[in-house]
Amino acid sequence: MNKNQKLDVLEILKDLDKYEPRRRGWTWREPVNDLEMAGNFYKDASKPLKNSTPLPAAKYFGNIDPQPIQVITSEIASGRFEDDIRRMRMAAWHGADHLMVIRTAGQSHFDGLIEGTPQGVGGVPITRKQVRAQRKALDIIEDEVGRPINYHSYVSGVAGPDIAVMFAEEGVNGAHQDPQYNILYRNINMVRSFVDAAESKKIMAWADILQIDGAHNANATAMVAWKVMPELMVQHAINSLFSEKVGIKKDNIALSTVPPTAAPAPDLKINLPYAKALRDFFSDYKMRAQMNTKYMESSTREATVTHVLNMMISKLTSADIQSTITPDEGRNVPWHMYNVEACDTAKQALIGMDGLLEMVELKEAGYLPEKVRELKERAILFFEELLASGGYFQAVEDGFFIDSGIYPERNYDGISRKINGGIGANTVYERDEDYFAPVTAHFGYNNIKQYGLNENESPSKLINGSTFEDRSKIQYIDELDEEDNVNVRLEGTKKYLSSNIIKPEVEWAGDGVLVIDVTLPTSIRYAEAAALEIAKHMNLLDAEVIHREVLQDAEATRIQVKGRLDIEIDLTKLTLPKEPDLLSDTEIREFIAENPMTIIAGTVGEDEHSVGLREIIDIKHGGIEKYGINCIYLGTSVPITKLVDAAIEANADAILMSTIISHDDVHYKNMKKTHEYAVEKGVRDKLIIIAGGTQVTPEIAEKNGVDGGFGRGTKGHHVASFLVKKRIEMNDN
Amino acid sequence: MNTKKVREDDYLKRREHLKNLTDQELKERFWQLADEAVKPLVDLAYKNTSPAIERSVLLRMGFSSIEAKDLVEKVINHGLISKGAGHVVYRLSQLENLTIREAGLMLLNDKGFEKVKKSFEVTKHE
Repeated sequence: MNKNQKLDVLEILKDLDKYEPRRRGWTWREPVNDLEMAGNFYKDASKPLKNSTPLPAAKYFGNIDPQPIQVITSEIASGRFEDDIRRMRMAAWHGADHLMVIRTAGQSHFDGLIEGTPQGVGGVPITRKQVRAQRKALDIIEDEVGRPINYHSYVSGVAGPDIAVMFAEEGVNGAHQDPQYNILYRNINMVRSFVDAAESKKIMAWADILQIDGAHNANATAMVAWKVMPELMVQHAINSLFSEKVGIKKDNIALSTVPPTAAPAPDLKINLPYAKALRDFFSDYKMRAQMNTKYMESSTREATVTHVLNMMISKLTSADIQSTITPDEGRNVPWHMYNVEACDTAKQALIGMDGLLEMVELKEAGYLPEKVRELKERAILFFEELLASGGYFQAVEDGFFIDSGIYPERNYDGISRKINGGIGANTVYERDEDYFAPVTAHFGYNNIKQYGLNENESPSKLINGSTFEDRSKIQYIDELDEEDNVNVRLEGTKKYLSSNIIKPEVEWAGDGVLVIDVTLPTSIRYAEAAALEIAKHMNLLDAEVIHREVLQDAEATRIQVKGRLDIEIDLTKLTLPKEPDLLSDTEIREFIAENPMTIIAGTVGEDEHSVGLREIIDIKHGGIEKYGINCIYLGTSVPITKLVDAAIEANADAILMSTIISHDDVHYKNMKKTHEYAVEKGVRDKLIIIAGGTQVTPEIAEKNGVDGGFGRGTKGHHVASFLVKKRIEMNDN
Repeated sequence: MNTKKVREDDYLKRREHLKNLTDQELKERFWQLADEAVKPLVDLAYKNTSPAIERSVLLRMGFSSIEAKDLVEKVINHGLISKGAGHVVYRLSQLENLTIREAGLMLLNDKGFEKVKKSFEVTKHE
């Protein structure tokens, strides 16, 4: 795979009926002890990637991209899995190796597998074809980045065991499975949920799928989120132990933990003792650190800070998997760039905190351990009363869970479900003495003796292997709906996938969506209305305010508006500015060592700004001095004649003139004057003249007689490289 | 609406029997209680089955999701789910000397149920 080439979605969709996953099971990152990268040593890092996009500041550190030890999750589900495939590649390049697909609304209540590729709402309909296509794409992507990628979705609802089988067959690596989620949040009958869960978990155990529980939802649902801490520990315990008892190995049982509160509450004071209490009690299991989403609104900055604070807790309590809720989740179904931002936030924070536990440790006396102890005791008291009430089912019926009191305080406002109520009530059947199922990974009573098998033999032997032994038996269904499928959708979007026609995009090919960020010097209501008016003038369709932030009630409001721009850009009709062809640092240094060079620099005209020019020259900013170029700096407001005269006097090779503030194109007029004065003095053919400044367009500068123009973003390296090349060119002539 | 009054936080009173436990004893107690809570749930799952479980069995036997769904509904209607839907298919394949798929497709065409029932000595028809 060439990094400059797009993933071919149409190719991925071809021959899916013949696709076979290359492996089963979950993969952790490979730790590297004392990893060294460009002179930096890391304590908690993992094997670096073959291909990746490093953090922006990496350019100052030899473009290194150290990878933390934690698996990093990115949740991707825009409703169109075919577009999500491209986003998965973006996330993987930014360090995600656990790609989680959220299910479409309502799939929990679908009694069976969904087939084909219908479009989803707030998620993707999870189907065999969709899973195959994404797993196949991830095979390509993981080869490209050089690290296995875990693919993940949900085994829940009233078709849990069906989905578990499909996941096992299709090489899915991780899954949420927690019957309590069905019961509390999807109102699926509790008896059915636990009976189904045992089968699902047994299948997941066979496929070596990592399981994540669903307890974090309590936090998002509860009225006073932090008060559910004792009960959350009980929920985690029920699912973890139930899973273990039906056969999942401990290493594949992960808690989905979530810090229950967020600033302006004292975040760490509440969240850290809770995380520590969990770590102590659940030391045998894995921790997947979710972030707090309860208080997430439309500010992506606020969500990012919460994420970072949560990661400090992950680091202090050694979480195994770090989730990355996209910072725009509070305002829309996540967009491409926010998945990438969240992955970068996780990578940056975790690598930034590398080795933290070598330097600090959690206190063993005082507030922290006292609080930890209290939470543990409260959780035990919860369990005691649960058992006294008649067990788990009765406790759910009695509304023990998601109560807004901190247990044993109770406000009696919890979620109550009837033992015989909910979706799928009365659909559980007791197995007869001769009950039998001739398949692998079946949980519970199975009378295989009646057919002459002993305990150690697989029941599937009687049918010459189930699909788990012989995948040629899997019945693959392509599409069921002639209208609602990927082929129809691609008819509308494929020109954006494979041609030179592009549109702005946040989630789907050709969606045309973009955001304007505007600060308006007025109050919030006027600012909103004004922003929408601005959007109208910009020809944005379906404009909608997605974020508002008061800078000061009367002075200013910041507004973000999203809208659709219905224009296409043809890449073949664009003219790209010349890319600078740069010499390496070593090449420049060697040339200067053999051919010493002196330059005269100054800011011309009525201009007192010198910052830009100093950055180009000064060694401490990486300026041209570092290559050994002798720089004579004349200061600001230097007359043009003085620049040229000084160059003659010093026998300089070049003039660097800086023009930052401009009006009436005076900066270009000054370039022309410099050129003409040098001609007049008879030195123009020996002298290189360079002009720079934020308002300088290179092409226009050259038309005004200088040899090179440099605009915004120019570094010393660009200028030095140009000087050396020009010198060589002049010597040749 | 629940009319019960709010229960105040009486943690300090309730914890009396826990306060002298070591951290390790506390952890053991927590898992002991978890075990007591979970055991009946595991037993329940051990003894019972459901339409989803039976569909998952049929999927593993090589039926499509659509076939599995129909088959399980038919098996329930014939009062045979407590034998196992996969079992019904397997039994018919044995009785008629058919492949598993042939037997399943026959049942999907509403053929063979009486024979299977007879072999299981099931008389009820729900």
